[in-house]
Amino acid sequence: MTSVLYDTQGPRAKRRNILYSALFLVAFAALLWWVITSLNDKDQLAWEKWKPFVHSEAWSTYLWPGLQNTLKAAALAMVIALPLGAFFGIARLSDHAWIRIPAAAIVEFFRAIPVLVLMIFADAAYSAYTNTSSDDRPLYAVITGLVLYNSSVLAEIVRAGILSLPKGQSEAAMAVGLRKNQVMRFILLPQAVTAMLPAIVSQLVVIVKDTALGGAVLTFPELLASVSPMSAYYGANTIASFTVVALIYIALNFSLTSFASWLEGRLRRGKKSTGVVLAPAAVGGTESTGTGVGISI
Amino acid sequence: MKLRKVTAASAVVLALAVTATACGSDDKKDSDSSGGGKKITIGIKFDQPGIGQKTPQGYSGFDVDVATYVAGKLGYKADQIQWKETKSADRENALSRGDVDFIAASYSITPEREKKVDFAGPYLLAHQDVLIRSDDTAIKSPSDLNSKKLCSVTGSTSAQNVHDKLAPKAQLQQYPTYSACLTGLQSKAIDALTTDDSILAGYASQAAFKGKFKLGGLKMTNENYGIGVKKGSDLKAKINTALEAMVSDGSWQKAVDKNFGPAQYKNEPAPKIGNIVS
Amino acid sequence: MSGPPVRRPRGRRTRASPHAEAREIVFDFLQGYDLLGAFWMTVKLTVLSAVGSLIWGTMLAGMRVGPVPLMRGFGTAYVNIVRNIPLTVIILFTSLGLDQTLRVSLGSDQVDTVNFRLAVLGLIAYTSAFVCEALRSGINTVPVGQAEAARAIGLNFTQVLTLVVLPQAFRSVVGPLTNVLIALTKNTTVAAAIGVAEAATLMKSMIENEAQLIAISAVFAFGFMCLTLPTGLLLGWVGKKVAVKR
Repeated sequence: MTSVLYDTQGPRAKRRNILYSALFLVAFAALLWWVITSLNDKDQLAWEKWKPFVHSEAWSTYLWPGLQNTLKAAALAMVIALPLGAFFGIARLSDHAWIRIPAAAIVEFFRAIPVLVLMIFADAAYSAYTNTSSDDRPLYAVITGLVLYNSSVLAEIVRAGILSLPKGQSEAAMAVGLRKNQVMRFILLPQAVTAMLPAIVSQLVVIVKDTALGGAVLTFPELLASVSPMSAYYGANTIASFTVVALIYIALNFSLTSFASWLEGRLRRGKKSTGVVLAPAAVGGTESTGTGVGISI
Repeated sequence: MKLRKVTAASAVVLALAVTATACGSDDKKDSDSSGGGKKITIGIKFDQPGIGQKTPQGYSGFDVDVATYVAGKLGYKADQIQWKETKSADRENALSRGDVDFIAASYSITPEREKKVDFAGPYLLAHQDVLIRSDDTAIKSPSDLNSKKLCSVTGSTSAQNVHDKLAPKAQLQQYPTYSACLTGLQSKAIDALTTDDSILAGYASQAAFKGKFKLGGLKMTNENYGIGVKKGSDLKAKINTALEAMVSDGSWQKAVDKNFGPAQYKNEPAPKIGNIVS
Repeated sequence: MSGPPVRRPRGRRTRASPHAEAREIVFDFLQGYDLLGAFWMTVKLTVLSAVGSLIWGTMLAGMRVGPVPLMRGFGTAYVNIVRNIPLTVIILFTSLGLDQTLRVSLGSDQVDTVNFRLAVLGLIAYTSAFVCEALRSGINTVPVGQAEAARAIGLNFTQVLTLVVLPQAFRSVVGPLTNVLIALTKNTTVAAAIGVAEAATLMKSMIENEAQLIAISAVFAFGFMCLTLPTGLLLGWVGKKVAVKR
């Protein structure tokens, strides 16, 4: 693969690259060796600490129920937050100040507060003003917190995605006589979606990860919270438990991002978008215009 | 047009995810409701071996046995009990909001807590102690803990006790769970894990730690375990009667032998109801 | 919190006292808590982690667009792994793994200091993945001609990156980086998991000891807004100022 950032490599550059690679490899291998031997010294690699995870017992008692709750909360939060985010994002672009300003205030307010605080607040509010059963309340509070925060972040992504489109698009659309909402629905949003997709997906990953906060503050029995009874039962194998849970999160989020990039590929095939895409590719390709859509955590 | 495709595709995926998870929860609800109309919700700990623990075989521990007995006296069979995790910091809130009917979760009776909730019992007298490595001979009295590295659970009373009176110069590492403390204790990053001896005994007797850790036997405080109920609840009197019956018919001793026996924990005799040792 | 009442003429004090009393009742639950100290810890965590993750994130971005395949692979793997794990797990790993098990010395014997440094390390490890991705998108916005011209006058990769491409890339990603910084500010609350005494730790113990849950939540929400909103506004203005007009 060539890049515009460096020249095609000649023999000397190739030799130098091999040298750098070798040095990097040695340093990395040394670090890995040190980590593994140290862990081994402290008995952290002992088979008893890892054995539970090859039996179905640990999965059926602790991990799978936790994973189910994580998936449920994340999926519901996504389903609610995506349309809400699109709504607020478009509302912030409205020509009417009485729509634009309240939308902006709401978005900025919820973006400024930690999700953790929002979840605690939602839980307290549900318990004080509704009679939700105590079994469902943590789930609702987690979803509320996630939706309030993430829909405001998604709103910003949608807004930036629409703003990143060339002005000519909406001007041309208006010139052929489309109404404002037609311009948005038929011209701007379809193009903006391709431009926003990577940013939206990274926000969806955030939703999956942030369900873990519910376990920490509201005893919502999600995946990460399952570590505490699990490691207590299997002789304090905290490092092994956290590693396994981290791997599950990686697998989960990786499949989410892979699905999204497959979707993105399908969307872009056979269609020339004028919008900029926050493509994961390195520098190169066609000349790009406009500014990137905000990546958020 | 494309927009519609994305929306449709995303909707399908999310719908699948929701139904997949919803199925799981439906199963649970079915099994819950099969037990008959009335239910009782009891708050326990999920991560304290010997006290209250979630295991692949179900819930076990001394608190669980006491709670099951009490629930039985209140007219609930074992399958009508719904166990719920109540972490230390959430216990008062869980009671005042009515999330649980009562709490048996290594819940020490203290004047501050009595302002917010009512306590039945006490049903066990424990003491704050330290868990140390078996080869550690340096810790013999609470004052030896000064200059040592202690570990406890974030925001627990044990942690506050150390700071406020027992060993003000000791350094305190706080983690969300006791298991995390044990990892450090094993690798000598931490010198002692401090909390109630009843809890420590459970950890010390786990197969993975046999012979590695021991209790310091310092008896630094008196912890009167009570059963927490909502302020002003009429459950308090009924639970007290049940607890008295549990001691007199020998079930209390049986539960002690079953849960603390393997841990070699020398427990105090059954406390008298309402007699709080300060 | 609210300072001692300023000396007032006698006649007016009787009139002023109802207000003072009301104030005392409203903020009663703040008595005895070091609210400023906790938020100061949040600020320290934020600033140090921000500087660290900017450096490490830039290095990662350099690796990901660089000519050495192995470093490219490492950069990609690092970002994809770290971005997909909850921050709580990463912070607990720094403490349980680095400190308690691997016994890496962080130059202090004090538990509190070590925990603070571990939290900063964890936050840097996590946030730098996002800084890297933001920067890479910024590099994408730099016109190809810039890099080509730089190469044509004989600059090597490091020079192209540091002298030509990155300075322009940084100017176009002030917005996304601001989002990362704001998220970082709020993410410092996760440091509570290893016992760092920052705002969320204090909030938790206040909620445990006091009854006014909603009032406490509101105070902390306000505190975070005081930190994040000005940052957002200031950097938004900076971003507009320095943006490369094309």
